[in-house]
Amino acid sequence: MTATPDQGALQRPLQMTINGEHKTLTVHPWTTLLDLLREQLDLAGTKKGCDHGQCGACTVLRDGKRINACLTLAVMCEGAELVTIEGLADGDRLHPMQQAFITQDAFQCGYCTPGQICSAVGLANEGRAHNRDDIRELMSGNLCRCGAYSNIVAAVEEALPLIKGARP
Amino acid sequence: MNSVVGTPMDRVDGAAKVTGQARYAADYPQEGLLHASVVSSTIARGRVVKVNSEKALQVPGVVAVLDHTNRPHVSSYDDDYSDDDAAEGSPFRPLFNDRVLYSSQPLALVIADTLELARYAGSLVTIEYSQQAHQSDLLAALQQTHEAPAETPEPRGDFAGHFAGADAKVDVTYLTANEHHNPMEPHASTVCYQADGSLVIHDKTQGTQNCQEYLHNIFGLPKDKLRVKAAFVGGAFGSGLRPQYQLPLAVMAALHLKRSVRLTLTRQQMFTFGYRPRTQQRLRLGVDKRGALVAIGHDAIGQTSRFEDFTEHLVEWSGMLYQCDNVALSYRLAPLDVYTPLDMRAPGAGSGVLALECAMDELASAAGLDPVELRKRNFASHNGNEGKPYSSKELLACYEQGAERFGWARRQATPGSMRDGNQRIGWGMAGGVWEAMQMKASAKASLDSTGHLTVSSATTDIGTGTYTVMTQIAADAAGIDVGKVTFKLGDSSLPTAPLQGGSFTVSSVGSAVRQACLTLRERLIERARQQRPDLASEADTAFTLENGQVKAGKHSVPLAELLAVDPQQCLEVQVEANPDDKRKPYSTATHSAVFVEVQVDDDLGTVRVTRVVSAVAAGRVVNPKTARSQILGGVVWGVGMALHEESQTDHALGRILNHNLAEYHVPVNADIGDIDVIFVEEDDRVVNALGSKGVGEIGVVGVAAAVANAIYHATGKRVREFPITLDKLI
Ligand code: FES
Ligand code: FES
Repeated sequence: MTATPDQGALQRPLQMTINGEHKTLTVHPWTTLLDLLREQLDLAGTKKGCDHGQCGACTVLRDGKRINACLTLAVMCEGAELVTIEGLADGDRLHPMQQAFITQDAFQCGYCTPGQICSAVGLANEGRAHNRDDIRELMSGNLCRCGAYSNIVAAVEEALPLIKGARP
Repeated sequence: MNSVVGTPMDRVDGAAKVTGQARYAADYPQEGLLHASVVSSTIARGRVVKVNSEKALQVPGVVAVLDHTNRPHVSSYDDDYSDDDAAEGSPFRPLFNDRVLYSSQPLALVIADTLELARYAGSLVTIEYSQQAHQSDLLAALQQTHEAPAETPEPRGDFAGHFAGADAKVDVTYLTANEHHNPMEPHASTVCYQADGSLVIHDKTQGTQNCQEYLHNIFGLPKDKLRVKAAFVGGAFGSGLRPQYQLPLAVMAALHLKRSVRLTLTRQQMFTFGYRPRTQQRLRLGVDKRGALVAIGHDAIGQTSRFEDFTEHLVEWSGMLYQCDNVALSYRLAPLDVYTPLDMRAPGAGSGVLALECAMDELASAAGLDPVELRKRNFASHNGNEGKPYSSKELLACYEQGAERFGWARRQATPGSMRDGNQRIGWGMAGGVWEAMQMKASAKASLDSTGHLTVSSATTDIGTGTYTVMTQIAADAAGIDVGKVTFKLGDSSLPTAPLQGGSFTVSSVGSAVRQACLTLRERLIERARQQRPDLASEADTAFTLENGQVKAGKHSVPLAELLAVDPQQCLEVQVEANPDDKRKPYSTATHSAVFVEVQVDDDLGTVRVTRVVSAVAAGRVVNPKTARSQILGGVVWGVGMALHEESQTDHALGRILNHNLAEYHVPVNADIGDIDVIFVEEDDRVVNALGSKGVGEIGVVGVAAAVANAIYHATGKRVREFPITLDKLI
């Protein structure tokens, strides 16, 4: 990028579905999915903990798969179906994973929580976790500085059987 | 009504946190918001000769570049930069002048229409320096120390004589590492510039009023034009105890441009302010034939900056946890060309008790005693530093219940004697202690005519569960269903509260909330009796408030009638709660006993903490669910301190090398095994009316020592330099 790019000319059209809503957007090619969500769409539930793919706070579901929104350019989401933490509940009815996080007190400050929950739902979609050790290993891309890990494992264990196969 | 204090209630802010509705400092949208980005120094000491910002300013969308030459006016008095958690000395003043005091110091601020532009333009700013030699290595500065301006207890008895004559003794030196708080939420401030020139600021802080006062002092803005809010804080662990530099920088930008501005620090920049300081600690312990401590010496050196003397309670614990008549404690500081350290979860105890409890384990080996037995024999019912009895200290019950749950009786004493295939198994333990303080705090309780109670105080909830436990305390004291209670916090305009830290929030703010709600209930009953003589003879306890009716016995009166005289039909009570004089003759503290199992791989030296039992005595537990979470988190921190965390400095550059979450290791889910938390019954009528001591710090203390002691038990190797990484074991 030169020192004086023509900002406007570089914008690209982008179509995708976010939390069930079809969106037609214009974005810069360098804008990450995370910055698009947080800064342009006021979907600030998705958090930025590092911006480097090192913490998992920005985890969202793209076509049912968990991804780091900070490592994904917005333009890479053309035609995608995106679900963020704001789109998991069914109206006032919490998603079973959200409810399990509350019941098990699987968070403290709550900053890593949207990423943890999206990651856990992605994990359920993968169908790979069969016991607590699997959960520990497969949830290790999501840091929790408050140290809620034991309760996160308990919450995921509680919710997994309730959501198997049910892709949000 | 059934008491809700003591029940494991779900967090009242749980739904907001699991649905993404909880907004943190950088999550507030603003019309026309500008974004700022910090340019940091690349030298550790010297002067700025010139900041070249022309190229950055040419980028369309860049609004301004601020540095020390063009920033808005700020105070030049040290006092004005002081705050409620300031260290002694001259606080850091961002963009104040051309002096560079440490590597990665903020030297310029780029403000632009978008975050990407601000960051990009920041990369175009170049800075010319005149550089001076620096020192960032504590171990190279051990000869240039001075006494810490801390209230280190005076020596008592004859340490040297009794240490020389002890039947068994140890003389060991430990090194602990610099550690950064790294809350998951980076520090951020969103400054909303109002039409009248006043500022509403969403800041990441543990004290909104501390920040308000600070900004008032340095910018000379009247306090009623400054409102600081922190409804949700994404962890802090001490990082928010002092206003951090993003706050004054964002305010400078907003004042300069008369626009709303947000500044969020990058993860890398989260390594450019306070941290738990590196220490060197020498422990000398001696026992007599019966295993009674006859001498305790604890000499510590901690690092600090050249501009402030940071002190923490590092060595005191060695004079108060155990019974001993001959104690000598010393604490010195080594100033370096680094930023000032900062209180970090269990400040002082985190590192100080680590050294003490490792040394106690070494002493147990030297004296041929079981580590639990040695501690039991030296139990202190008095705090030897203060010469006062403890208001309560169920530490013996912690040892017993923790050992029982862990299965400690099956431990084979000889190091290296337990294994499972090529995994060596080690069982270690340690004790923990933290002070149970109470600060002055205020709260307001307000009951509306529908029977809804709103209670408020300017405290914060950094994940500790303040919203929830205050709701519980208020509901019980007012005698109102917990579902009809709302607690408000995180706003400098609310009744005065101390910083949230030191595990004193429940004790301080909780006491104020309780008093406000008790008083409110009394007033309501008084009114009911005045207005309705048929209620006059009913006992206080007979009164209930349900469905908008105040009832006692067979009689009732509509709440709306009782509140008809109040402004807005709302009954309001505001109180200030002070620590009770009853506390004065006593020492107050929380205690713990931590038991840990590790597996150490014979060939690889990898360590896994497979099992932890933490038995805690903290008085009455307001919410066993959130309190347990505090202890679980503390254990994770202890594991990090023992095995992972170290901010590594390249001393040639004076700069932290591993300033990201891939290289600065915090424990991940797979690092954490089973954790069992026991709250030991502890009845304390002195500490405060709630009988509750707070649990934010005690969960950390002792854990790292128990891990280190377990590693010794597994391998026979004493590693005295933390963290214990595998290279030190193979
Ligand atoms: S913000 Fe994306 S992984 Fe940390
Ligand atoms: S809940 Fe605070 S970081 Fe996970």
